[in-house]
Amino acid sequence: MNYTGEHLFPGQAGHFFVILSLVASLVATIAYFKANKVSIPEEKQSWIRMARTAFILECISVVAIIGLVAFIISQHYFEYKYAYQHSDRSMEAKYLLSCIWEGQEGSFMLWSFWHCVLGLILIKTSKQHEAGVMTVISLAQFCIATMLLGIYVFNIKIGINPFTLMRNEGFFDNAPVFKDVLTGGLRKDYLSLIRDGSGLNTLLQNYWMVIHPPVLFLGFASTIVPFAFAYSGLVNKSEGWVKPAIPWAAFSGAILGTGIMMGAAWAYEALNFGGYWAWDPVENASLVPWLVIVAGLHTNIVYKSTGHSLRATYLFYILGFILIIYSTFLTRSGILGDTSVHAFTGADMTWQLLSFIIVFTIPSFYLYFKNYKSIPTIRKEESSYSREFWMFIGALVLLLSAVVIIAKTSVPVFNKVFGTSIAPPEDIKLSYNQVQIYVAILIGIFTAVTQYLKYKDTPKGVFGKKIFIPTLISLVISLIISIFGSIHYDEHGIGYLAAIHMAIFAAVYAIVANASYIWIALKGKIKSAGASIAHVGFGLVLLGVLLSSAKKDVLSKNTTGIALFEKTKTEDPAENLTLFKGLKTDMGKYHVTYSRDTVEENGKKRYFQLDFEEKATGKTFSLFPDVLKSNREEGSQSANPDKKHYLNKDIFVYVSSFLDASLNDTTSFQPRDMKVGDTTFFSNGFMVLNKVDVNPPNNKRQVLPGETAMMLNMTVFAKNGIRYDVTPGIVINGNTFRNLEDSVLAQNLVIRFNKVKDEKKGVLEIGVKEGKSLNDIVTLKVYEFPFINVLWIGVIIMVIGFVISVVYRVKTGKSKKSVTKPQMVKS
Amino acid sequence: MKKTHIIALVFIAIAIAVLISYIGDVSTYDSFASAQKKEGKFVRLAAKIDKSKPFVYDPVKDPNYLAFTAIDTLGNTMEVVYHNTKPTDMEKSERLVLGGKVKDGKFECKDILLKCPSKYKDNPDAIKHDLDAATKND
Repeated sequence: MNYTGEHLFPGQAGHFFVILSLVASLVATIAYFKANKVSIPEEKQSWIRMARTAFILECISVVAIIGLVAFIISQHYFEYKYAYQHSDRSMEAKYLLSCIWEGQEGSFMLWSFWHCVLGLILIKTSKQHEAGVMTVISLAQFCIATMLLGIYVFNIKIGINPFTLMRNEGFFDNAPVFKDVLTGGLRKDYLSLIRDGSGLNTLLQNYWMVIHPPVLFLGFASTIVPFAFAYSGLVNKSEGWVKPAIPWAAFSGAILGTGIMMGAAWAYEALNFGGYWAWDPVENASLVPWLVIVAGLHTNIVYKSTGHSLRATYLFYILGFILIIYSTFLTRSGILGDTSVHAFTGADMTWQLLSFIIVFTIPSFYLYFKNYKSIPTIRKEESSYSREFWMFIGALVLLLSAVVIIAKTSVPVFNKVFGTSIAPPEDIKLSYNQVQIYVAILIGIFTAVTQYLKYKDTPKGVFGKKIFIPTLISLVISLIISIFGSIHYDEHGIGYLAAIHMAIFAAVYAIVANASYIWIALKGKIKSAGASIAHVGFGLVLLGVLLSSAKKDVLSKNTTGIALFEKTKTEDPAENLTLFKGLKTDMGKYHVTYSRDTVEENGKKRYFQLDFEEKATGKTFSLFPDVLKSNREEGSQSANPDKKHYLNKDIFVYVSSFLDASLNDTTSFQPRDMKVGDTTFFSNGFMVLNKVDVNPPNNKRQVLPGETAMMLNMTVFAKNGIRYDVTPGIVINGNTFRNLEDSVLAQNLVIRFNKVKDEKKGVLEIGVKEGKSLNDIVTLKVYEFPFINVLWIGVIIMVIGFVISVVYRVKTGKSKKSVTKPQMVKS
Repeated sequence: MKKTHIIALVFIAIAIAVLISYIGDVSTYDSFASAQKKEGKFVRLAAKIDKSKPFVYDPVKDPNYLAFTAIDTLGNTMEVVYHNTKPTDMEKSERLVLGGKVKDGKFECKDILLKCPSKYKDNPDAIKHDLDAATKND
């Protein structure tokens, strides 16, 4: 049966390319595997030719799949489930890309795309390692291709296909509107009933979400390269891979690190976690592979320079990639369910993701342990005055930190396997922070000191002399911060506070020692200073994290004086403040006024203008947090924060709830008769009519020429003892008159002068209206994050350092000048 | 034994100690009944809002006070008090994960994690609901 208005061709083409990418990647895997095994040059070449063709075909398919999905979404073909679920017509063009990678299918496509790009670069550059390395990448591509298959084999669904049609997924089964009355089947013109898609998740409509996923997935994808080199080393029993692997591992560290911190920036900008890092399982799952890859990068460099730590390097690179697959499993299988705010749930891919892990874990560990004895190692022990010794210890600390984080994150898996019901602890962030702060101290100090040690052995006098001045400077700086920085984060005890101060020293030490190393030892040669620059950046990140979280302050303290709650150890819950429109409200260091709100043209986004006035200086600024309505469900919305950036702090505000009075006001004016001197009550107090002024000389209200104003001078006494002066009135001009209402916003009270009821007795009729909430109100949460810029600058410097070192390593690798053959003793 | 091995063993021992001490910190998933038995102890539980009981949140009076009644997975109900703003879309969520403790017969909630069907992908029920709503509006 044909349905009116459907566009089936893109979908059919899509299905074709999905199948093609699956077959091509399988062919490439087998051909590369064969090419790596055979030793006859001609035969090897012919296998490689075949493999390359298949891999390039695979790349074309992946690009075609992404292009077709983009086409379907941009054309609003809502007969396709993916377009319906992830986009709508009113969406801004820049979010087209976000729509593509919002769903599981889209993020797999992105991952696969980056594997293609990396694979093509490796085909071009990896020379004798090509066959081994590309076997692994092609296999990974095959595994990801199965995720997009969407077919049933023996009643088990394999993958989810991005080209499925709404009508084939049973979406209309329970919706009688879509049924044809005569046949009971789907109406021929069903598509005309679907006006719009359900739209992109409002949280993802943020510019960070356009760039964060591609970068993060490039980071994810890049971890396969060191792993693939390690695999190639294990099967071919050669160590030639260790040099080309270094720039790849550094690249991975740079990109994955950037991706993670972009996610943090997104959380800071768009989410209401009140911060950039919440130790959410999804965040942990990407941090842990980064820690392990960085550890591997360091032992890899140790091996290249001294011949130590090759076994550790193998282990780190294998673990790094396997942790990436494991984190994919955690975030996509739905197993995190109750513990994570933003994990995927739904499509049941658990077993498929598990097989993905197994396919890579078992062979790589089998090879690792089988060849363990033959991996070159040095019997002689490292001197404790050598660089390699402390680099290895540092790598070990990173690994164990990663193990602790992933173990805690994996509690839901543990629950599933053993049927337990362990829940996260009361204060989740603290449970991570109180451990990781010691890791920060150790790593900070190692980062500072280790560069000053030479490989093999360092003359003690030289080391002491060189490190002395940076140590002294760091001590002075960190003492200044500790003493004058007013860091009094003692809610978790004095020991924790001491650890914070120690960590501040360690971070400052890492910054100062590495910055001075660039001048002392490298004589300012930036080209070769990549590592030191990255370490300075890392130190700044640590310092920024410590300062911004230890000194984070809630500004929107509830100042109404109502204390209905119990202050807990970790959080003062009275962190939200309600503002009435137009009413200046006291908020700690500031006066805040909610002055107006504007709704954007498409009616989805409502901006609130909040005017801040700093009490001490009288300086003013305005912030515009907004609330975004979702297409997905009536009334559903999400809040986007706004920030005021200062050099040394951010003022961070978001709307936690708001009330539109125009939708809410149903009460009417109650008439009251009053004479001068009379009192009348309202629910929250009483009011007195003091006198009637005709044309008062200094009238607050606007009166036009020729009008006569009659103003009532009244005082409202609220229960809590506060007095408000109100002057309702009327202005008369011949036969017409205008009513001038007056209101007491804080009491939700509007007062109106209705008419003169009895002129002789002086009886006036007053209208009193009490609204539930008269006014537009908005409830805010306002934070002050000090020194958050230190964190962002640190991230940027760290990435620059990584990039410099990638460039440097690639260059020295090509020129072959600096080849230092380590003395190896096979054990 | 090499120095690195000794240090490695020490660190591994520390890591294990850290993880063991973590077991002391963790809470458990409970029901209202079992939470009531360990009054004052922090627990987490999955529940949903009892729509038949009043849902109190008035930001004018106090933006930091939310009270409602929740039904846990076993069908028991308890009044929940949360001293913070009402999470956006809370009334629409199908499932809540509450963290807090029982105090004087009430559940003093410290954090609420929402599970809204509309936000979670690939949930056909939510989409069908959307479709119905979309067509009825026409």
